[in-house]
Amino acid sequence: MESLLAGCIGFLTACGVFLLLRGRTFPVVVGLTMLAYAVNLFLFSSGRLTLQGAAVLGTTDNYADPLPQALVLTAIVIGFAMTAYLVILAIRARADLGNDHVDGKLPGNESSRKESR
Amino acid sequence: MSHLIIAPILLPVFTALLIMLPPIHYSPMRRRWVSMISTVILLILTVCLLVQTQNTGVSFYALGAWQPPFGIILVADIFSVSMVCLTAVLALGAICYGSAGEDERGSFFHPLFQFQLMGINGAFLTGDLFNLFVFFEVLLIASYGLLVHAGGKNKTKAAVHYVVLNLTGSAVFLFSLGILYGTLGTLNIADMAVQVAKLPPENVMLVKSGGLLLLIVFALKAAILPLQFWLPATYSAASPPVAALFAVMTKIGTYALLRVYTTIFGEQAGPLAGMASDWLWPLGLATIMLGAIGVLASQDFRKLVANLVIISVGTLVTLVSLQSIAATSAILFYTVHSTLVCGALFLLADVIGAQRGKAGDRLVPGRRMAQPVLLGTMFIIAAIAVAGLPPLSGFVGKLMILQAASSPLQQIFLWSVILLSSLMVLIGLSRAGSILFWRVSGNEAGPERVLPLQTFALVWLLLAAPLMVVFAGPLTELTFAAAEQLRDIQRSIAIILGDTATFGGTP
Repeated sequence: MESLLAGCIGFLTACGVFLLLRGRTFPVVVGLTMLAYAVNLFLFSSGRLTLQGAAVLGTTDNYADPLPQALVLTAIVIGFAMTAYLVILAIRARADLGNDHVDGKLPGNESSRKESR
Repeated sequence: MSHLIIAPILLPVFTALLIMLPPIHYSPMRRRWVSMISTVILLILTVCLLVQTQNTGVSFYALGAWQPPFGIILVADIFSVSMVCLTAVLALGAICYGSAGEDERGSFFHPLFQFQLMGINGAFLTGDLFNLFVFFEVLLIASYGLLVHAGGKNKTKAAVHYVVLNLTGSAVFLFSLGILYGTLGTLNIADMAVQVAKLPPENVMLVKSGGLLLLIVFALKAAILPLQFWLPATYSAASPPVAALFAVMTKIGTYALLRVYTTIFGEQAGPLAGMASDWLWPLGLATIMLGAIGVLASQDFRKLVANLVIISVGTLVTLVSLQSIAATSAILFYTVHSTLVCGALFLLADVIGAQRGKAGDRLVPGRRMAQPVLLGTMFIIAAIAVAGLPPLSGFVGKLMILQAASSPLQQIFLWSVILLSSLMVLIGLSRAGSILFWRVSGNEAGPERVLPLQTFALVWLLLAAPLMVVFAGPLTELTFAAAEQLRDIQRSIAIILGDTATFGGTP
């Protein structure tokens, strides 16, 4: 179970970082979402992985740490709000700047302009 | 348990909600007045809290009366309350300036401003690392909204970079919190300090990686060398009152660095003690030099001020790495000075730009200003203060910084870098000042005048420069008391967790 979860987190993080480094806003947004998923799983595992553990103390001997669950919940809510904001901002940037590149200008433009001179 | 500690967080929230209610929201004048009056009340409350903290020492507020280390707590010590006080002073200047007309160029300026104040105050007061993350997010999402206030291409472009970078930073922050919680079993800062001291050797490397991930996050927020490229574009694109308030945002990063690496990974931390200092020392010095080069290279006045912010961050980070009482006290003094003066400079850049017409704040000859004497006086006061020349506050701050270097090696590097950067700032500012004020073209001055509220905001912030020299004695006493309190970790832990929790004792 540990290796499966670790593999998942690693894979999600790798995909997230790769997409984050892309030049257009949509892959960047998807990359950040992937990274947020990885973070949520990682936070969840920080309370150790237990099966069939109750989050309430005193009912069973085998209990799950409730704090990471609260942390993950908070992180999900915040991440969700931030992603929503970023999507709107990306649409606004597309409208204001005329393209969906993160720098607001297409990378080829400058060099092609120099060549045309 | 005093409820005054949570007041600086609750007051802005309720003000923001109040401003959004229809009777107030639909009247610009009411919005302004409610926002300004609330900020004045905030200032009074924080001063009361500061006086109370000076009398009673470290105190904490357990939310919902859940006792630490299980509940979330707010901690008031002199350092954190001074920072909250500083925020209130800066916010009053910024909100008065914004109320002179800038706030009507977009919607929801005042509610977002108050939410941002809530986040900043919370980040300073919290005693819990996850709560610090939450308040960071509160202040960030408010700042995202404020950054695009009044709109425009530049703002949108800067905002995309700023938001993506900070969201990545938040993800790294959560990774490091996960590592630290998984190994230490707590996120209460005081309790973490206790747990780090009795860390089993097999977990040391894991905690170290978690701690250094935190360093990356705070370096991004504070804008330290490899992670500072977002700052000049963002700060110069933001509308002036927002940029003035942002002057305190980088200081939150340095404050978090100081808090984490003094309390959690401080002297008691065994193999992890001072693990960030080796990184912060060279990076801080390099940041100062890069900021100074940026000041010389700036093509417009706002970029120049943004580079001054980078210099102040570099200086503070270098001081954080020194880890001594003298350095910590210099940090507090220099933070207050640089935040207020840089905030005033951002506002000044706007009024200068408005009176120069088309030339704006670009450093090119422009038309005559309508009020050259008033603006020139303000500029020279701000410039003298920020360059660290006598007789204004920057000089005292610089003196405290130079005295904080104890060993000869530190003195060689710190003195040469600080003094060289001061010279470069002086050259940059004299160039900017002479172009802005003296190299005028023959055109007549325009009709723009500084509005009374704008003048008040500028004078309010700039008064700090002479006042911090006049009251330098009591102020340095305050900063030394704050530094001693911050570095007396044993004592604050005993207050927060009870006397049983010591580094040697059993949990």
